[in-house]
Amino acid sequence: MKRFRGFVIKEFNHILRDFRTLLILFGLPAIQLLIFGYVVSNELKDIHIAIFDQSRDRITRDIANKIISSEYFIFDGYLDNTHEIDEKFREGKIKQVIIFEPGFGENLMREKSADIQLIADASDANTANLVVSYTSAIIQDYMMDLRKNAGAKMQIIPEIRMMYNENMAGAYMFVPGVMALILMIVSALMTSITITREKETGTMETLLVSPLKPIQIVIGKVTPYIILSFFNAVTIVAMGYFVFGLPVQGSLSLLLLECLLFISVALSLGIFISTIVETQQMAMFFSMMILMLPTILLSGFIFPVENMPEVLQWVSHIVPAKYFIIIVKSIMLKGTGMAFVWKETLVLVFMMLFFIGNSVRRFKIRLE
Amino acid sequence: MNKETAVIRVRDLVKKFGKFTANDKLCFDVYEGEIFGFLGANGAGKTTALRILCGLSLPTSGEISVAGLDLYSNRERIKKRIGYMSQKFSLYEDLKVYENIRLYAGIYGLSRKEIKQRTDELLETLELEAVRNKRIAELPLGWRQKLAFSVAIIHRPRIVFLDEPTGGVDPITRRQFWDMIYQASRDGITVFVTTHYMDEAEYCDRVCIMEAGRIDAIGTPTELMEEYKAENMDEVFIRIAR
Repeated sequence: MKRFRGFVIKEFNHILRDFRTLLILFGLPAIQLLIFGYVVSNELKDIHIAIFDQSRDRITRDIANKIISSEYFIFDGYLDNTHEIDEKFREGKIKQVIIFEPGFGENLMREKSADIQLIADASDANTANLVVSYTSAIIQDYMMDLRKNAGAKMQIIPEIRMMYNENMAGAYMFVPGVMALILMIVSALMTSITITREKETGTMETLLVSPLKPIQIVIGKVTPYIILSFFNAVTIVAMGYFVFGLPVQGSLSLLLLECLLFISVALSLGIFISTIVETQQMAMFFSMMILMLPTILLSGFIFPVENMPEVLQWVSHIVPAKYFIIIVKSIMLKGTGMAFVWKETLVLVFMMLFFIGNSVRRFKIRLE
Repeated sequence: MNKETAVIRVRDLVKKFGKFTANDKLCFDVYEGEIFGFLGANGAGKTTALRILCGLSLPTSGEISVAGLDLYSNRERIKKRIGYMSQKFSLYEDLKVYENIRLYAGIYGLSRKEIKQRTDELLETLELEAVRNKRIAELPLGWRQKLAFSVAIIHRPRIVFLDEPTGGVDPITRRQFWDMIYQASRDGITVFVTTHYMDEAEYCDRVCIMEAGRIDAIGTPTELMEEYKAENMDEVFIRIAR
């Protein structure tokens, strides 16, 4: 244990004395939060929606058909009561519910005005915005046709509500993403670099000849990064709360536990990478290609996974960050518990075991 | 040197990488307290053999004992009795001199008191007290090399393995480095060193010349020079290579 402690102290010294490492560790989170504050806009496709039609007349059916038949949406069925709306959103399957007021068609004919409500899942603020504006445009279009035919001045008033994120704050969307990105970079990239650095300088061999066991070496090397990554996760949640007013609706301890799990996945991935490559440059390159870019582009962080070409959707299934972002959004924004995120959690646990198992296997091969 | 006790005993050591045979039935003994040189051109298989003896690599077959222990069943115990210094530099450049010493001494399980005492001793002998708090990166290569060697034997191992320790070092530092090796040998540490500098072979008590994975000759430098009717080890090597 004493041997191990000395080893961890050494590891902390490496980190604290390298300006670049410090910059990545502590400068990056702040910079990322600011950069991704500017959300990238994009096209909509195949968004799942449901309709709660309290009127069920000819006009509501016409409007529904027009919306459904547009290429943007996939219709998931009619809802029967308001409870169902909440339920559907929590399941996370649908992104928008359209509600027609009772007697919609009658109101429109008689009073020349009727209300329609659009509720969107704004935990993904970017998509929610697009979904609502596309839907509004279709309704507007329908109204223009109706006016032309009937010749009367009629009005459909869409009332918009953003679920989970009433102010449409961009932070709601990018904080979970930035968290995934930071933890991925710090844990995986830094671990793979720090281990390959020892290989390159030859100190790894000296350590392997010493009485330290390989597992002690690896744990000794990653311990500081677990601590620093966890500190980063807490900082990001705190920044989200104090700077952007982003609440944590669900259990904070569950959120932090999930962070710890994701950190472990990233670390084991970093260790795995370091068993494949020999140099720091290669470790950096690998980390960039197979960690950073997919984490940014394919995790649903910026671009909704639903809108990607099918091939990329498949690829997104093996991006750990995708599952982590779903978990974080569910816990932070929807206030759901383990019952709703156990599947994603399980996927992450399996990923971790997979990488650790393979690292151990590869390590043994190297020794022979 | 005590010819009675072999601290390293190797019989029929074979190491294959796929179809390539890096070590082909090596047999040799290394005696307690001697400086044993492992010579050969690059790729002759000397580093492979050294790595196996240090536990960095597993042999394909063969009977091997190191520091009186069987290599296959006692790897962990062997590790505590040996020291190692590779051709690549093995101190941490971003750590200070005393931190490097403390780290390695700690890894080998020395107590805090022992660490302090040996650090002082070591810095005094090397006349490096003034740079105690300097980072390794700030030291000239020659100093680092000497420090690395001292650190490799800080736990007073029975055997120290040196893998081309003087590669890329100027002649004066090389000479000083060999003085340190002699000192270690006088202190009872067996030295196993690989090199491709033939003049260094003459500093060894016994040498073993490898070529293409096999041992071609083994003996004291004088014996070998007589046997091959050569003036120096360089000629011995050239005769063997022919």
